[in-house]
Amino acid sequence: MTWLWRRGRALVVAAPVLWLGLFFLMPFLVVLRVSFAEAVIARPPFSELLDWADGLLTVTLNLGNYTFLVEDDLYIDAYLNSIRVAFVSTLICLVIAYPMALLIARSKYRNLLLMLVILPFWTSFLLRMYALIGLMSPTGFINSALALAGIGPITMMQTDFAVYAGIVTGYLPLMILPLYSTLEKLDESLLEAAHDLGAKPWKAFLTVTLPLSAPGILAGSLLVFIPAVGEFVIPALLGGPDQLMIGKVLWTEFFNNRDWPLASAVAIAMLALLVAPIMFVRNALGAKE
Amino acid sequence: MTSKTHSALLAALTAGAASFAPALVPAAAVAAEEPVLYVYNWSDYIAEDTIETFEAETGIKVTYDVFDSNEVLEAKLMAGSTGYDIVVPTGAFLARQIQAGVFSELDKSKLPNIANMDPEIMERVAAFDPENKHAVVYMWGTTAIGYNVAKVEEALGADAPTDSWGLIFDPENAAKLADCGISMLDAPVEVIPAALNYLGMDPGAKDKESIEKAEALLKQIAPHVRYYHSSQYINDLANGDVCVSIGWSGDVFQARDRADEADNGVEIAYTVPKEGALMWFDMLAIPTDAPHPENAHKFLNFLMDAQVAADITNYVWYANANVEATPLVDPDITSDPGIYPTEEAKKKLYTSVVYDSKADRLLNRAWTAVKTGR
Repeated sequence: MTWLWRRGRALVVAAPVLWLGLFFLMPFLVVLRVSFAEAVIARPPFSELLDWADGLLTVTLNLGNYTFLVEDDLYIDAYLNSIRVAFVSTLICLVIAYPMALLIARSKYRNLLLMLVILPFWTSFLLRMYALIGLMSPTGFINSALALAGIGPITMMQTDFAVYAGIVTGYLPLMILPLYSTLEKLDESLLEAAHDLGAKPWKAFLTVTLPLSAPGILAGSLLVFIPAVGEFVIPALLGGPDQLMIGKVLWTEFFNNRDWPLASAVAIAMLALLVAPIMFVRNALGAKE
Repeated sequence: MTSKTHSALLAALTAGAASFAPALVPAAAVAAEEPVLYVYNWSDYIAEDTIETFEAETGIKVTYDVFDSNEVLEAKLMAGSTGYDIVVPTGAFLARQIQAGVFSELDKSKLPNIANMDPEIMERVAAFDPENKHAVVYMWGTTAIGYNVAKVEEALGADAPTDSWGLIFDPENAAKLADCGISMLDAPVEVIPAALNYLGMDPGAKDKESIEKAEALLKQIAPHVRYYHSSQYINDLANGDVCVSIGWSGDVFQARDRADEADNGVEIAYTVPKEGALMWFDMLAIPTDAPHPENAHKFLNFLMDAQVAADITNYVWYANANVEATPLVDPDITSDPGIYPTEEAKKKLYTSVVYDSKADRLLNRAWTAVKTGR
């Protein structure tokens, strides 16, 4: 029996491990490998790392791609700007999502309201971004309405504002849902106790609700922040030409410069830059709990 | 499992793979090709009945997919095993792809209609494809300026220099047009040569110094440019969201048609400036790993038929390179100097050069600097 049990467990674990190994680890290793190659005009357009000739195995690692990232301040600026945009968007999402999540968690129509939060996911992400273009373009919905009132037109498209609007509308549900799930589990008797002990509502919020919802805040923020850093579609569709984001830089390297190795190095560097601080935050919070 | 069921299963599997997943088809060509063909062409770039007619004539079932940038096509080709039998890269891209060994040589004995092709144009494209071994011209056009007639007049007066690149490249004009909206193709290989040409320099210059001069000019007008994008402007010109665009000829005509259809009072015109403009060629070629090269040759020959080529031009408003087709093309199109330039204007047209990877990087770095203003 134990033998069967153990075997069953191994099988259950094997499926996700195999999946991650095949579709996450392998592509990552491919990208890592390409990042140490050199761009060539051939198919595929990068050099081989291993060379076997006359019984001699040569490994050529081109570190030039990584040093190039430091030499040209374009890449560092793009990283910093991406992190800034992602950080600000996450903050905006948090500020909007928190009261919404709180309201939903305490409402008697929570199922309906939750449904409304999830509803946008039923429409393609790309379509929602195109809808925003229709809303914000110079002859779009908002400007047409303003024109009736004799105001405008206001330039919204191709600005930072449009990018923030895009990221916030796109990712807001990802912030609301984890917040809701922690707030919903919050024991209301704790708030009653705080009230009985003389805490004003805002004090009860700051000392009871907010700290207890920290895991939701962290989860929601990571869900918004991480994809926002590497976001390509939103800045490409809504953003201005002067907005330097790493997703666009990566596109240029890959498609315009046809430099797959450098594009891979950009991606690996971004991963390294993001994973370290995020692991740190997670561990710090985990230790506290 | 007996060897008989084994091979039957294998046959069923390969047949399934062939009909559902072109990417999985083995590269080895079989003697008798299946009557299917996979074509990968630009979006909005063929007449409505071309494919239908070909299917009816030959019994070959065509799967027709579209792309909207050379970069996307090239990335697919370089990764290999696209499963496509015919792709349509633009000249300079084709040149590099030939160098990378992406395309097989054409078997001209299967292409009798190649006699219809304009020798002058075929000679021009030999710069990309020596001796025209790998490709034939599908359509060609120019990269110049599309503009909103009323809005430009409003901003610059009746004597606006619509016959010159100065309309955009003169910072004073650009500043006045900024409010109604300037857009440029997001393609340094198209815009930087135009800037060099406007400055009176060699449009094909690849050296750092020349590219820096073009960069300086483009940076001057960058604050007045609303965006750099290679397809958005079709809609925006038609809606009146932008008023001047550096764009591809046929796309501007499409914008003009859309504005006409919408009947929104927007009048769009296309101008090939007197300083000259870039002349580009979209080329039909067969990848080395194309699963159905026989059928691909049949399709190429079909596209070079005078009537077929004329029908396509009448629909997409791009010039073909087929001399026999010219009399069959709508006179409205052949008389439009934006599509079929006069002999004199033709002399001013220049073709794009093939950039090596170092020049590519210079060009794209300059372009990023222009776009981000740094």
